[in-house]
Amino acid sequence: MLGYSPPPMIDESTVRHVARLARLRLSPEEEQVMQQELSGILGHIDAITSMDLDGVPPTTHVIALENVLRADVPRDSLPREEALREAPDVVDDSFGVPRMD
Amino acid sequence: MSDFEPVIGVEIHVQLSTHTKMFCGCALSFGDPPNTHTCPVCLAHPGVLPVVNEEAVRRAILIGLALGCEIAPRSIFHRKNYFYPDLPKAYQVSQFDIPICGRGEFVAVRDDGSEIRVGITRAHLEEDAAKLTHLGGRRAGAEESVVDFNRGGTPLVEIVTEPDLRSASDAVTFLRQLRQTLLFLGVSDCSMEEGSMRADANVSIRPVGSHGFGTKTELKNMNSFRFLERGIEAEITRQEGILRDGGRVSQETVHYEPETGHITSLRSKEESHDYRYFPEPDLVPVAPDPGWVGELRGELPELPLALRRRMVGEMGLTAEDAEVLTESPELVAYFMDAAALADPKACANWIRGELRAQLREVGTEPWESRVSPAHIAALVDLLGAGTVSVPAAKEVLAGMIETGEQPDAVVEAKGLAQMDESDLAAVIDALVEANPDQAQQLRDGKDKVIGFFVGQAMKQTNGRADPQAVQRLVRAAVLGD
Repeated sequence: MLGYSPPPMIDESTVRHVARLARLRLSPEEEQVMQQELSGILGHIDAITSMDLDGVPPTTHVIALENVLRADVPRDSLPREEALREAPDVVDDSFGVPRMD
Repeated sequence: MSDFEPVIGVEIHVQLSTHTKMFCGCALSFGDPPNTHTCPVCLAHPGVLPVVNEEAVRRAILIGLALGCEIAPRSIFHRKNYFYPDLPKAYQVSQFDIPICGRGEFVAVRDDGSEIRVGITRAHLEEDAAKLTHLGGRRAGAEESVVDFNRGGTPLVEIVTEPDLRSASDAVTFLRQLRQTLLFLGVSDCSMEEGSMRADANVSIRPVGSHGFGTKTELKNMNSFRFLERGIEAEITRQEGILRDGGRVSQETVHYEPETGHITSLRSKEESHDYRYFPEPDLVPVAPDPGWVGELRGELPELPLALRRRMVGEMGLTAEDAEVLTESPELVAYFMDAAALADPKACANWIRGELRAQLREVGTEPWESRVSPAHIAALVDLLGAGTVSVPAAKEVLAGMIETGEQPDAVVEAKGLAQMDESDLAAVIDALVEANPDQAQQLRDGKDKVIGFFVGQAMKQTNGRADPQAVQRLVRAAVLGD
């Protein structure tokens, strides 16, 4: 938020950890920006916890719907050529990926 | 005697045998050509929305009810985030703090009849990952990996137990009986080999008498009960060795190599357990109607533990009979149908013994054979009435397997009715006369020779003689008793 510059709520190593989990490679400058931005977001959440929330159930969904279920009835799948069309590499009618170990 | 005690908990993944995947309408398949059961949802194309398969919810609730779990009045899905090529969304939709099935308990029974009570921590719904194959054989030597998304999105129920197990053999007894229960529920094929049931074990040890917990390791992905038992044993031994040498067990994932019997550590990445769960915004909560849950409770079949107790307590079967006959729901149903018509213990003996032995030779199961439960009951009645001898009954069974005819028809066709005693006596008299040496041996107290006469008599009568009557008549003829 403009004009709001809280003290950093997360340190640089946490930023690096989160970036690694998200497979993001950040330059030192970007790390600093992220530290500021993430701290700002956490600051907003902190503002919520300062409110009186007794008796307020945690909100996990913003739509007041439950039990949106589907009958267990098969429908057509994609033709294989179409499923594989966007694959970076096709090997043995499958998605080829870098060697995993 | 070891001064350490193992503490074991297990996590079981069960693929539900629904028609379609967890969140899309792609058909489930096993062994179909790769990537023929996929769609934008299970391939994680942008902009798609998952929709929960109602049948998967129904089966998860059935499992929960069978395990005595509390069924959550409202449960939600979470995203479990990690990157791997078999997970196209880079998260698995799973459940975290509000699983569909909460705490429960499962009772398994050891061979000696004692009980193993295992607390169920939870059972939750999630989706399976796709199948990743490492080309070039061994994982480390593979140049490339390929992904088949047919399996991706298959409904899974993960069952987690409390660390209540105290030996590898108890763990396997529990798992076998849990598997049997799941088979009776008809929710999964539960094939360890094909991977529709997979078990991981959390293993730690502690000094006997202590109540704290040692550091645990996770033994991953065993595909047979035998290997699982050996793997847990090997891991217990390994941990004991470390502690005795004054070392410390480190928390890690380990793998058992069945070929060598060795435990190897799977290199675990430092962030591998940082899954950053958060509520899945694309799926609304599942709140099973209490009336529906009540209906499902009513649909539960009689489960193996209750069945075994009834078979032993009310039907006069041995614990072993009951265990063999509850091997599959089909076999139990077959036995129960027969036992409703004739002496249950005799039906049990014939079904688990001779029927299965003869059918094994032709590679079929009782319920798939031409011999119905009513045939077995009729055969048991013929035996009980003394119409056929035991050896003749085995032949009648062979005849029924071949022709599917009723036992009395086979008896008639093959002339297997037991000879009446005076006809049999004539046969025996002739036998004794024709074999004076053997008769003399019997007089000399060589009792074993009686077997010779029984064999000869059975041969001459085509099995129509009652072996016990033969013995009695031979003794009468030779010894005059």
